[in-house]
Amino acid sequence: MADKVLTANRLSDGISVWLDAAGTWNESLQAAFVARHKEAVEALEATGKQAFADNKVVDVNVVDVEEIDGVLRPLRMRERIRALGPTIAYAAGYAGLTATAAPA
Amino acid sequence: MYRYDEFDHAFVSGRVEQFRDQVTRRLSGELAEDAFKPLRLMNGVYLQLHAYMLRVAIPYGTLNARQMRMLAHIARKYDRGYGHFTTRQNIQYNWPKLSELPDALAELATVEMHALQTSGNCIRNVTADHFAGAAADEVADPRPYAEILRQWSSVHPEFSFLPRKFKIAVTGAERDRAAIQVHDIGLHLKKNEKGEIGFAVYVGGGQGRTPMIAKKIRDFLPEEDLLSYTTAIMRVYNLHGRRDNKYKARIKILVHETGAEELARQVEVEFADLRDSELKLPERDVAAISAYFAPPELAPRAEGWASLAQWKKADEDFARWVHQNVQPHKHPDYGMVTISLKPIGGIPGDATDAQMEAVADIAEEYAFDEIRVSHEQNLILPHVALADLEPIYRGLVAAGLATANAGLITDIIACPGLDYCALANARSIPVAQEISTRFGAPERQAEIGELKIKISGCINACGHHHVGHIGLLGVEKKGEELYQITLGGSGDENTSIGEIIGRGFEPEKVTDAIEVIVDTYLGLRLNPSEIFLDAYRRVGPQPFKDALYGDKTAEAA
Repeated sequence: MADKVLTANRLSDGISVWLDAAGTWNESLQAAFVARHKEAVEALEATGKQAFADNKVVDVNVVDVEEIDGVLRPLRMRERIRALGPTIAYAAGYAGLTATAAPA
Repeated sequence: MYRYDEFDHAFVSGRVEQFRDQVTRRLSGELAEDAFKPLRLMNGVYLQLHAYMLRVAIPYGTLNARQMRMLAHIARKYDRGYGHFTTRQNIQYNWPKLSELPDALAELATVEMHALQTSGNCIRNVTADHFAGAAADEVADPRPYAEILRQWSSVHPEFSFLPRKFKIAVTGAERDRAAIQVHDIGLHLKKNEKGEIGFAVYVGGGQGRTPMIAKKIRDFLPEEDLLSYTTAIMRVYNLHGRRDNKYKARIKILVHETGAEELARQVEVEFADLRDSELKLPERDVAAISAYFAPPELAPRAEGWASLAQWKKADEDFARWVHQNVQPHKHPDYGMVTISLKPIGGIPGDATDAQMEAVADIAEEYAFDEIRVSHEQNLILPHVALADLEPIYRGLVAAGLATANAGLITDIIACPGLDYCALANARSIPVAQEISTRFGAPERQAEIGELKIKISGCINACGHHHVGHIGLLGVEKKGEELYQITLGGSGDENTSIGEIIGRGFEPEKVTDAIEVIVDTYLGLRLNPSEIFLDAYRRVGPQPFKDALYGDKTAEAA
């Protein structure tokens, strides 16, 4: 079984977030709580379901990750881009990423 | 251009307040996501990979400086300082907060703009030729009819829950710049032998996973029957469209499965009941709407010819820009300017707040306060005196908007792709950027000539890859991006769907593959005036397959 993390988008602003070990939604994938066995994954799923029902987050998903040298990396490119932000610079003239697209 | 009347103002403001209430109730938890999602979509609000996305309608791609400045303001205040102009002549913002969206919509309403019907299974923003009202080859301005359709279709109770989304495009010229044959309904404005205005009506075109070229079901529909006949089509579609399967729910599938002849017959039956109803367009209403689109008073500016010749002689870059980005206007002393949103190596369709404001300033000072958005993701100044081209060019250079590449290989259409879009399987923008950089030298672009590359990051084909002379479709294969290449597509009056050339290419090999295709074309064209599409239609895919894959049989990815 691949390691898994719980991700979603925050209801109020839509920003991508990951559930951390303290049970809060964090803007960095690297802060995510990693489920490494079936029971932990089930707990993540239950937490996600509850957070959705509580109207904290939307588009809740459990996604596969791998840990390389202590850095979490989603297996799917889609999730890697969600974690890192767009792979491109913004339109010419834009100053750069803000804190909301923290490094994964 | 069209100005809101009291009804329009009250309607749009009412909808903003309604949405404000819905957002408040969503954030408080009173409304659950399942209930809220269709409501936000009806107001143009999507959830993408990183954030919400707001799609603002720009009806038939027409706007004025005040509206463009508001788009810049929205980008700055509610987003991250930029916006993305789309193939639907709309603009998308990638980072708005749900909690702030009602305020953004309220500000848009002050300049007669909104985001209604930019999503959902309804009649979407009606698109039109971006050179409407200015093109030398135009029979009549298509925008009054697009506006009539907009008014008729806005929250139309019968057509707000269609089997699937529905897109209408209108052109007023033989040269189709609105891609009408890949729309659910395409209207070609024309005159009959008596000189009366009417429409050739095309139905059932579309791209997506099942690309289809529309079928012409009427050679000439009288102007007064526009709404009754369109209603007849919608009724047939609403009744028989495949609601059982999302992927078969567009009208193109209905046309395909029913047959164009039988569908036309069913439409005629409905039409017979409707043609003498209240849907018949009164001449005075058409005249009243048309008056909004009266062209500006274009005074003779013959002095521009001599100035232009001098400027071109003095500045090679200016001369290149005029050659590539200025098209003939109805009035000989004027031109239509394409402001390229495709800087070499840049992001197709993106513009910063400062750039939008620069365009607004130029439009106000030199271009009769008119701006268009093209479905090719560029901006247009439709009425510009040749005598003003030089100062306009200087202004565009200062804003980083003077790329001389309209219609060339770097004038690439690309959807947002996997960098933003929740539906995408692969990235589009970085592929466009690399191709643009590879072919960016002006001399090389000029040598290659007209060549339309269009890139989609998934099968939904927002990047119009099916009708690209060279189309690129990003797919996900074994967790990695792969790009399928199609050749020979076209979205003009001779519409064709591109053919898949063979197995796909990895991201790092796509640009090389494009170069092989381009070099093959350059080697086999009859002369420099035979553009890529014509050459491909003459020789077919084999020389390109041979060049890309050697003599092995190419397998589709």
